[in-house]
Amino acid sequence: MSNLTDAAAEAPNDVKMETRGVNVYYGDNHAIRNVDFDITDRSVTALIGPSGCGKSTYLRALNRMNDTIYSCRFEGRILLDGENIYDRSVDPVEVRRRVGMVFQKSNPFPKSIFDNVAFGLRIGGEKDKDVIAERVEESLKGAALWDEVKDRLQSSALGLSGGQQQRLCIARCLAVWPEVILMDEPASALDPIATAKIEELIRELRENYTIVIVTHSMQQAARVSDFTAFFYMGELIEHGKTDNMFTRPSRKRTEEYISGRFG
Amino acid sequence: MTERVLEASERTRAAKTRQRISVRPQSAKSKLAGSFHTPLWHRVAERLIAILALAAVLAIALIFVFIAREAVPMLWEAEFAEEVQIRDLFFAKEWKGYDEPVFIWQPVGEPAKFNVVPLFIGSLKVTLLAMLMSVPLGVGCAMFIALYAPRAVREVVKPVIELLAGIPSVVLGFFALMVLASWAQATFGFHFRLNAFVAAIGLALTIVPVIFTISEDAIQAVPSTLTEAALALGARKYQVALRVVLPAAIPGIAAGVVLGFGRAIGETMIVLMASGNAAIMELFDFSTSVRTVTATIAAELGEVAQGDPHWRVLFLLGVMLFGVTFVLNILGDLFIQRLQKRLTAS
Amino acid sequence: MRYTSKDWLLAGLTGVSLAVILLLLAVLLGQIVWHGAPVISAEFLSQSPGADMVSGGIWPAIYGTVFMTLLMTIAGVPVGIATAIYLTEYASPRSRIAKIVRIAVNNLAGVPSIVFGLFGLGFFIIFVGGSMDALLYDDTTPVWGKPSILWASLTLAVLTLPVVIVTTEEALRTVPQEFRDASLALGATRFQTVYKIVLPNARGGILTGVILAVSRGAGEVAPIIFCGAANFLPYLPTDLRDMFMHLGYHVYALATQSPNVDAARPTLFGTVLVLLVLTFSLNLLAVIIRARSRASLRS
Repeated sequence: MSNLTDAAAEAPNDVKMETRGVNVYYGDNHAIRNVDFDITDRSVTALIGPSGCGKSTYLRALNRMNDTIYSCRFEGRILLDGENIYDRSVDPVEVRRRVGMVFQKSNPFPKSIFDNVAFGLRIGGEKDKDVIAERVEESLKGAALWDEVKDRLQSSALGLSGGQQQRLCIARCLAVWPEVILMDEPASALDPIATAKIEELIRELRENYTIVIVTHSMQQAARVSDFTAFFYMGELIEHGKTDNMFTRPSRKRTEEYISGRFG
Repeated sequence: MTERVLEASERTRAAKTRQRISVRPQSAKSKLAGSFHTPLWHRVAERLIAILALAAVLAIALIFVFIAREAVPMLWEAEFAEEVQIRDLFFAKEWKGYDEPVFIWQPVGEPAKFNVVPLFIGSLKVTLLAMLMSVPLGVGCAMFIALYAPRAVREVVKPVIELLAGIPSVVLGFFALMVLASWAQATFGFHFRLNAFVAAIGLALTIVPVIFTISEDAIQAVPSTLTEAALALGARKYQVALRVVLPAAIPGIAAGVVLGFGRAIGETMIVLMASGNAAIMELFDFSTSVRTVTATIAAELGEVAQGDPHWRVLFLLGVMLFGVTFVLNILGDLFIQRLQKRLTAS
Repeated sequence: MRYTSKDWLLAGLTGVSLAVILLLLAVLLGQIVWHGAPVISAEFLSQSPGADMVSGGIWPAIYGTVFMTLLMTIAGVPVGIATAIYLTEYASPRSRIAKIVRIAVNNLAGVPSIVFGLFGLGFFIIFVGGSMDALLYDDTTPVWGKPSILWASLTLAVLTLPVVIVTTEEALRTVPQEFRDASLALGATRFQTVYKIVLPNARGGILTGVILAVSRGAGEVAPIIFCGAANFLPYLPTDLRDMFMHLGYHVYALATQSPNVDAARPTLFGTVLVLLVLTFSLNLLAVIIRARSRASLRS
């Protein structure tokens, strides 16, 4: 496949997404305040901060999922490969196809495993059965789930364990060929073993995808991410390489949060 | 040592992964802007859905307009003015042959007498009588089910009452006419076989499910923290039921009563078949026959020529009925809203 | 907990009210089945009534009821489902239009059935039918502007609209928000989300609502008295402009206008039984489907 050469051709550490002057409001609540932030291509960026700090809201702004909330208002620009995803000529549907999302609670559809993964392809207009079957297999392999489910692709996705369901959701997301994957606390409802699998998967996916992950767990951020951004009260307090941030935070708030003095 | 092995195995696994995941090829990448268009038929379908959603609003408006359209010409039509004076529709008049002003509905009389008051009195009388029966029964059932009945009984009774709600009113009317009327006459010795009492029982059967369902919901919705608090203070179960649960559920029960009232006053087939249909101005004696607004419309409209004064008056009855139930509905909604507010505030 | 005498009194009083209701219901069903069942026979179900309305069968009334109910369903159910979809999937919670639609639905549910009859007469027959006649025909004999199965069905479609809307809305709300989010995040349009994810998952609940509405409509008599139901019609309606016989209307007409009610008794009980079986089996179907769809959502 040509993907490897593609990957090699592009210089690493390019900026994939740029956030410029982003403000998000929920009704009167100013949830995100003036965030400027760059997300590096093919890396894992962790968003951390206490509950209600706006990190999930910011994440949902990256693929315009906030559009589905009526009281939500957005200001600013978010660029994907240099293009403003909030431009009037851009349909959020296309944004979401290129910026996928995995939710906190695994949410497979009450359909078969196969149909779950194929959903995104089918609604995207793919009709060739062979192509669909191939992509479903690839995606399940990509999400490290293939070996566990290959014999029961037609059985209900609801019969899978919590961890498997979450990996299925990741596979479902991979199937539409996203470039960026947003993960909203993807392991918060899972046991340690399932969490470890998801984390390993994230490290593997980094080779090919840009990943932004919201996490409550400082250790998780340290384990999986290359970059970390710390949000507090809707503001981006500090961001940088994960190693630097955890060893030498430059702001006092960050240090207090990381050392567990609040949160 | 082991660490290095692990690292190595991870590297090989990562290499494998790289092979098996395919990403969006460079050639497939396109500009975001304008690259995706919602299919036209989605937009057409969505527009259609939004338009169809207005059907209910349109229906309400059309109902009002087109019933009023048949009634309102009475204000200026010469033909109507010749036969009927609008004042006489609502106020008593001393007709020829009577020695005092009376309220009277006698469309086939000479002259025809269209006073709507006896009809509304009739409707009110049957309805109130039905409410007297169905409110205690409905609320009682709801309390029993919500507070005392074992789970198994509840599981059976709720569908059974739903079943009752599903019986067509013509069947209830038939039951009242054929079975209840004979039973009531034999038991109470009524002079008239069909009367307000018999019709009211039939009506009660239609509104008990309404009152039961809403009251039961309201009682169930009383937070358990409230009842537990009372029980913890040493209250007996009946005290909790009467002093805590019932007062908290009162707005819901009131809503049930109001909506049940609206349902009863608008009910047609039962009163048409079982009330005897004589327009007698008599408020308290429920052993006499009555004629309600609804039954009058149902029984007389078929025999009137379109545009006739009688026709206009019957449509006027429809407009008034529509108005009354409209107000009752809004009242019922208000009670339900108040219930929700009260429960969420407490 | 130990019950005191007052507890027993309250439990007893409320229990008695339940007993009274159940007793009345039992007597009602018992009487109808007891007197009605012996009348039911293949001939009763398949033959036309005799000229005296009492002899013969009730086939035209069964046929007319089913035909009318079908037309009503086709006309009303799509509109009701569309309204529910609009309210739950498209309208914002604070939208003024949605609020107005909700108020209208609530009020429509409370409009007396006889008023629907006046509406059918005043709007469908006189206004719509009359205008069609004026436009299409020079002749003065009404073709569309007279009672018919079409107008009766449309009138009942409006009457059952709120039932469809309210139950469909409930069904749509049971579909978890996560499904919608997942679908949208995969690049589905809002409309794709509705028809690929929301509607299939709400299918059971929607079907329940539709059946309940249909059974309600099948039993309503007051609205069709002036809109198309016929006293006696030995032939079956073949055209939308034909009048039709109806089980409920047949009961009403036979019970109140028959010169000899005693002779009509068996036919009456038989007809009522058929009408009850029809509506109850619809209700039962709704209950079963609802139970099933709830179970499937839980698993």
